[in-house]
Amino acid sequence: MASTEADVFDRLGRGLSALGAWIDDRFPMTKLIKEHATEYYASKNFNFWYGFGVIATFVLVLQLVTGIFLTMNYKPASADAFASVEYIMRDVEWGWLIRYLHSTGASAFFIVVYLHMFRGLLYGSYKKPRELVWIIGMFIYLSLMAEAFFGYLLPWGNMSYWGAQVIVSLFGAVPVIGNDLAEWIRGDFYISDITLNRFFAFHVIAVPLLLVALVVVHIMALHEVGSNNPDGIEIKEHKGPDGHPIDGVAFHPYHTSKDLVIVIVFLILFSAAVFFAPDMGGYFLEHANFEPADQLRTPEHIAPVWYFTPFYAILRAVPNKLVGVALMGSAVLLLFFLPWLDRCRVKSIRYRSWIYKLALMGFAITFVALGYLGLQPATGAVPRLSLVFTILYFAFFALMPFYTRNEKTKPVPTRVTW
Amino acid sequence: MVRSVVVAIVLSLGLAGAAAAQTEAELDSANNNIANTASLQRGAKYFVNYCLGCHSAKYVRYNRLGEDLQLSNQQLMENLMFTGERPFDTMAIAMRPQDSARWFKITPPDLSLIARSRGPDYIFTYLRSFYVSPDRPTGVNNIVLPGTAMPHVLWQLQGTQRAVFRTDERGVQEFDHFEVVRPGELDERAFDEVVRDIVNFLDYIGEPIKRERQQLGVRVIGFLLVFLLIAFMLKKEIWKDVT
Repeated sequence: MASTEADVFDRLGRGLSALGAWIDDRFPMTKLIKEHATEYYASKNFNFWYGFGVIATFVLVLQLVTGIFLTMNYKPASADAFASVEYIMRDVEWGWLIRYLHSTGASAFFIVVYLHMFRGLLYGSYKKPRELVWIIGMFIYLSLMAEAFFGYLLPWGNMSYWGAQVIVSLFGAVPVIGNDLAEWIRGDFYISDITLNRFFAFHVIAVPLLLVALVVVHIMALHEVGSNNPDGIEIKEHKGPDGHPIDGVAFHPYHTSKDLVIVIVFLILFSAAVFFAPDMGGYFLEHANFEPADQLRTPEHIAPVWYFTPFYAILRAVPNKLVGVALMGSAVLLLFFLPWLDRCRVKSIRYRSWIYKLALMGFAITFVALGYLGLQPATGAVPRLSLVFTILYFAFFALMPFYTRNEKTKPVPTRVTW
Repeated sequence: MVRSVVVAIVLSLGLAGAAAAQTEAELDSANNNIANTASLQRGAKYFVNYCLGCHSAKYVRYNRLGEDLQLSNQQLMENLMFTGERPFDTMAIAMRPQDSARWFKITPPDLSLIARSRGPDYIFTYLRSFYVSPDRPTGVNNIVLPGTAMPHVLWQLQGTQRAVFRTDERGVQEFDHFEVVRPGELDERAFDEVVRDIVNFLDYIGEPIKRERQQLGVRVIGFLLVFLLIAFMLKKEIWKDVT
């Protein structure tokens, strides 16, 4: 009666497939796995730029998990918040690592998302039929900015405090209701315990829920239309006899095995920051934020964290606060309209005109320059340079319909190239 | 592919380039080393004797100090804990903030994180830059933090010095150099070493985990490199039929 090893595995296998069938009768498990992994075909010629989507997803999970553990030890009260962060850094087992993963993760998230968005610009990923993928992605970006802003107040350092003070006061620039609006956001006449409490609520539950939902929708929309590729051509137009795109490979196991390599490369760079430069010379964790919030004393130089500084530079570029706020807002909002501002039918930069290449490179330099200027005190040449780069920033979008209308493009291949 | 990598590197360098700029009074390099346990032990002794009267280090626990600085509880009790603390206590002070605010016009800041907010060079230069200034309530002023409320606590060791200013072409007074008024117990080099030990200790308490963090980082990255090799081989194997 002794059953052999093969017998056991055989019975186990049959049991598992019976369980699978039982689930499939009640929930589309196999269907979902096929649609989104084993039979989701994406181009085989993805390059370096196509790695940032999966890295961003990885960082999102990292932030959620480390965030949960931080929440277990953090105290969202003005009297305790700063001390509880130091408690995490010194007394909680591995607390320092969890905190550094989370704080470095915030900056990493923005680096990755900016590169992910730039990939979209390089290869026209926002163009028909992927307009919605882009727009949902922009909503993710907005949520991410909100998440970062709320989270930055939580350590209750002096830079947290005054940074939040400055940003919330921007709402005061809105005509008529401005001051009431800023007060309503703070829940007080200044940034206080009440503000900290509600920012905590937004940071740990409201915005993360929104973010996760938007990421799911982003990926669903992407999988509906299929991923773009560095050639900017639709691989669905050339299907093999099996009905699958000839130039595509299944997401699993092909892209997943590649993504594993990509995530490890990212983790190596990320670990270098976490273990050897967690404050990144004051750019990931600002020096002034190692002093507790002080209502009576501002840091010597208030600047937002680096990922907000391009927009902060635009805000400061004009002397009028309301105009500055409007410009800053529209600098972000304009990105939503890219799919319609860009009139060129060719997607990939590989086959687009030199004028677009020039404009895009100029835009990239402008963005980095604004980021740099936003970090500097507004003295000397900084305001004038900020204005120049602000004009360049808006010119990229405002002139886009004109310089992309009759572009001299190169012939686009029908099949993807390596 | 190569070109896009280059573009990415250039972009990230642009971000890193933003890290330059921002300096105030010229600071001397502290050149301290948190791996030097003997220096940390001396620093702890100086800190307890000279600083802890007014400045707390309220996030630092004595037993953690003992562990990291290789001191037994006995040694801790005899050398660093004079007012009946227990080993698991933090380095608190008895002076009430309201009192010190009245006496000094400012509550002496907690020093747990001073090295992270100001940097070791700042503290190193600050502690060596007190000069005689009879118009100040404490009789001294400081080049790095003009108008500082802090008295020259280390005067017995350093002695006292006078600051010599020069006027530059725009008529602005600029600090030039110090002149000894009364020599202290230590010569300049020995005094610098004492300050360096204090700064080293402050650097250490700013982030007690720092050394362990760096050691762990080497191991983590080593593991990831091996994992990368295996993952890369797996990827190659899976992709070998893709043409």
